[in-house]
Amino acid sequence: MATLDVTLQEQATPTAQTGRNVNDFSIQVATVNGSGSQSANTVLLRSIFQMGVPVSGKNLFPSNIAGLPTWYTIRASKHGYIARKKEIDFLVAMNAETAQEDVMSLVPGAACVYDEPLNLKQLRQDVTFYPVPYDKLVGPVCPEAKLRRLVKNMIYVGVVDYLLGIELAESEKAVARQFATKKKAADLNMAAVRAGYDYAKATFTKHDSFFIERMNENAGKIIIDGNAAAALGCMFAGVTVVTWYPITPSTSLVESLIDYLKEYRIGSDGKATFAVVQAEDELAAIGMVMGAGWAGARAMTSTSGPGISLMGEFVGLGYYAEIPGVIFDIQRVGPSTGLPTRTMQGDILSCAFLSHGDTKHILLLPNSVTECYTMAMEAFELAEQFQTPVFVLSDLDLGMNSWMAQPFEYPEQPVGRGKVLGADELQRLGGFARYKDVDGDGIPYRTLPGTAHPAAAYFTRGSGHNEKGQYSERPDDYVRNVDRLARKFDTARKFVPAPVKEISHSSEIGVIAYGTSHWAMTEAHDQLEKEYGIKVDYLRLRAYPFNQDVHDFVKNHNRIYVVEQNRDGQMRELLKLDLPPEQIAKLRRVLHYNGLPIDARSVTNEIVSQEGK
Amino acid sequence: MSATPAAPKTNVIGLSVLDYRGGKTTLCAGCGHNAISERIIDAAYEMGVRPENLVKMSGIGCSSKSPAYFVNRAHGFNAVHGRMPSVATGVALANHKLMVLGVSGDGDTASIGIGQFIHLMRRNLPIIYIIEDNGVYGLTKGQFSATADLGAKLKTGVINDLPPIDTCALAIELGATFVARSFSGDKRQLLTLLKAAISHRGTVMIDVISPCVTFNDHEGSTKSYKYVKDHDEPVQELGFVPHFENIEVDYDPGTTATVTMHDGSHLRLRKLERDYDATDRINAMKILAESHAKGEVLTGVLYVNTQAPNFFDVLNLTGQPLGQLPESVVRPPKKALEDAMAELM
Repeated sequence: MATLDVTLQEQATPTAQTGRNVNDFSIQVATVNGSGSQSANTVLLRSIFQMGVPVSGKNLFPSNIAGLPTWYTIRASKHGYIARKKEIDFLVAMNAETAQEDVMSLVPGAACVYDEPLNLKQLRQDVTFYPVPYDKLVGPVCPEAKLRRLVKNMIYVGVVDYLLGIELAESEKAVARQFATKKKAADLNMAAVRAGYDYAKATFTKHDSFFIERMNENAGKIIIDGNAAAALGCMFAGVTVVTWYPITPSTSLVESLIDYLKEYRIGSDGKATFAVVQAEDELAAIGMVMGAGWAGARAMTSTSGPGISLMGEFVGLGYYAEIPGVIFDIQRVGPSTGLPTRTMQGDILSCAFLSHGDTKHILLLPNSVTECYTMAMEAFELAEQFQTPVFVLSDLDLGMNSWMAQPFEYPEQPVGRGKVLGADELQRLGGFARYKDVDGDGIPYRTLPGTAHPAAAYFTRGSGHNEKGQYSERPDDYVRNVDRLARKFDTARKFVPAPVKEISHSSEIGVIAYGTSHWAMTEAHDQLEKEYGIKVDYLRLRAYPFNQDVHDFVKNHNRIYVVEQNRDGQMRELLKLDLPPEQIAKLRRVLHYNGLPIDARSVTNEIVSQEGK
Repeated sequence: MSATPAAPKTNVIGLSVLDYRGGKTTLCAGCGHNAISERIIDAAYEMGVRPENLVKMSGIGCSSKSPAYFVNRAHGFNAVHGRMPSVATGVALANHKLMVLGVSGDGDTASIGIGQFIHLMRRNLPIIYIIEDNGVYGLTKGQFSATADLGAKLKTGVINDLPPIDTCALAIELGATFVARSFSGDKRQLLTLLKAAISHRGTVMIDVISPCVTFNDHEGSTKSYKYVKDHDEPVQELGFVPHFENIEVDYDPGTTATVTMHDGSHLRLRKLERDYDATDRINAMKILAESHAKGEVLTGVLYVNTQAPNFFDVLNLTGQPLGQLPESVVRPPKKALEDAMAELM
């Protein structure tokens, strides 16, 4: 074995494919990264989307610029299941290095389109093979030799179109969209799609069972990745200061945001109503957020696990000195550098308690691109309302993959700035004490620097302070202050996004999941009911701290499966800290942590096993 | 006939010097930092800085405590160790109309904070960054910092065996546009530098040698009052005429260079023995390196450039502070969302 092992294939549960399979299967394209396959895969995904068939696309890629294996899986599901499907039904094998293993992992009855010289045919008797001589086909379509490597990929789109029955016109539309500003490239790529289609039509007799047939499930829907969705949310939240340090898989959030801000937030005078700063590291990125939030801006940064680790000290300052700020954590596999291009829900505990001393932070847990958008806005509201750093915990699967959604809705709530005293109010009150709990909710009043009143100023510090913000090491001042902070956190329970009872059967079995585990969970629910007769109730968490609904849900069930994508059952541990002792024993773990997005079958099998069925 | 009591002396915006006072210092008696706080008060008063428009930023250490000892009517922020530059940057981005004054120390800047210091200098963010430089860590009882000179001796007899970081040379190389060195014991020079700093819209970096009376003021120290007094070599004699004073004086252009600051004030640089051109960046770095080898402490304006674009220019910021923009400006209209959605269909 080489020093580098980037193979992907898991042990799949073989289920023989028989009969005609319409709109309910998965396609995997195995290529080499940097080969330009992303455009071809997007065209394929959009073609199916435009056929009205529910679809999802997941890019499983290496941490590398070019030359290592990469896989793109597309799942078409007439039932609307958009979680990853472990079993691959239809393979497009373009990568010599992984082709054999890719073929061997297919389920019986699968189909495989492959680059003819790879000579894969003899590997399996129970798979239908379609060899395509890409090098011969690409020449006539693409006279420019140096572009052939890229254009080659579009040929498989045409082949797959023909074999699956995807209308060529839909791919044509998708190509035109993909290369909207480059007419020449669009023509070239479309010619390649057609060449593939014509070759397949002239050469192949269809022997596999997979078909895409037109449905009408996608009318009016959009396709977007979670990072772009979050970026939109940030822009409509009115973000003004954005700081960041590039890190996979969070980079595209800020890059999308830059694009949106340039398009929609340059004033009529040509001036920017925002500042985006690429900082020297994550320490500086969060430091700038703290400074900007303190001085009244809606400020945010976006990062992933290693950045979160670096931000610890500042986030503790934000908690203790009570400074608003929004931190997106697009989680990837840790610890340490981990698997930088794979997904995990691995930062739950580290974000909940980030920094030394007693600290607790508000976490928002989006499960969809729609919630990436809405929770971005909620995060800014909560950060200013509670004067504290707020985390939005997305993950690589949600952030970087393509998801369908209804178009996002325009925010109805006005932008809230929290308890900020202006010069007039200070004049009326005759002054203020920065850390005094005036309203009994634990949330004090603050002033912004620059407020034109002699009593506006106070001194912000990470060291011990009394209600007036003065330096204090007095035991009673310290206790009063941190107890108020705990009270403030309790107040937040009622204001953070409430959990959603996704499925209720009045079962004695409860399931708790959050974030992207949701999609596998809803599908697993159906599998459990249909295949095993097991009914489960399902509560989806959307935030920490937990509210009373979470306590009630646990109380009202005999056993609770907590489904999540990490090794240690981090959310279960967090629940244990919140629940009374007699409830804790009910909590069980369903875990998935190999870096690939969680799939329904893994959840179903684990619950069935623990149920003793 | 009784005399009317004299009205308290006020500055150009009608405030008295008492309006700029701070809390009682908790630093050691004789600490150079206290003198610097006094000069900051004087400069802010003389320049008519509105106290509420000033923000005082600091990191951690003795130096970083000092913002509590001047201008109580200004917001202050005592951040984390070595990372005041990023917080100050955030503050400036949220409200570019504030006057951001950062006070740091040699440990806070040149050791734990060197990364953020370097990147702050690169951006030419409008800020006044003061290093209260004594070559030792005070709060942890007297370890060397990264600005301590090679061969300098601690009270305990420990000899510093690593070369110092010259924060001024670094700042000049990286892009700061007003770089100076001074001595907490030189009232006049420091006050003039601070007034000029207030007039500058770019990164001002002033390294003020500020002896630590408790841990680094002995024989063998190169940051003691005596050593600095003996080795202080001003590169020019400074004069400053604020923009609100109409004083016309003729200077000999052969001996005095005049720099027009961003607010219209004038900084006069009168030649001393050496012919020092504070606008020549490369030469400034060369002379600093040479003087270091000779054991001289060069003070005065080491580099000034009023032409370079600052960070706000680079970011093309709108006129109103970002943190004060109304919802109608920061939340694009419904049509914008609809357009964005249409592109994704």
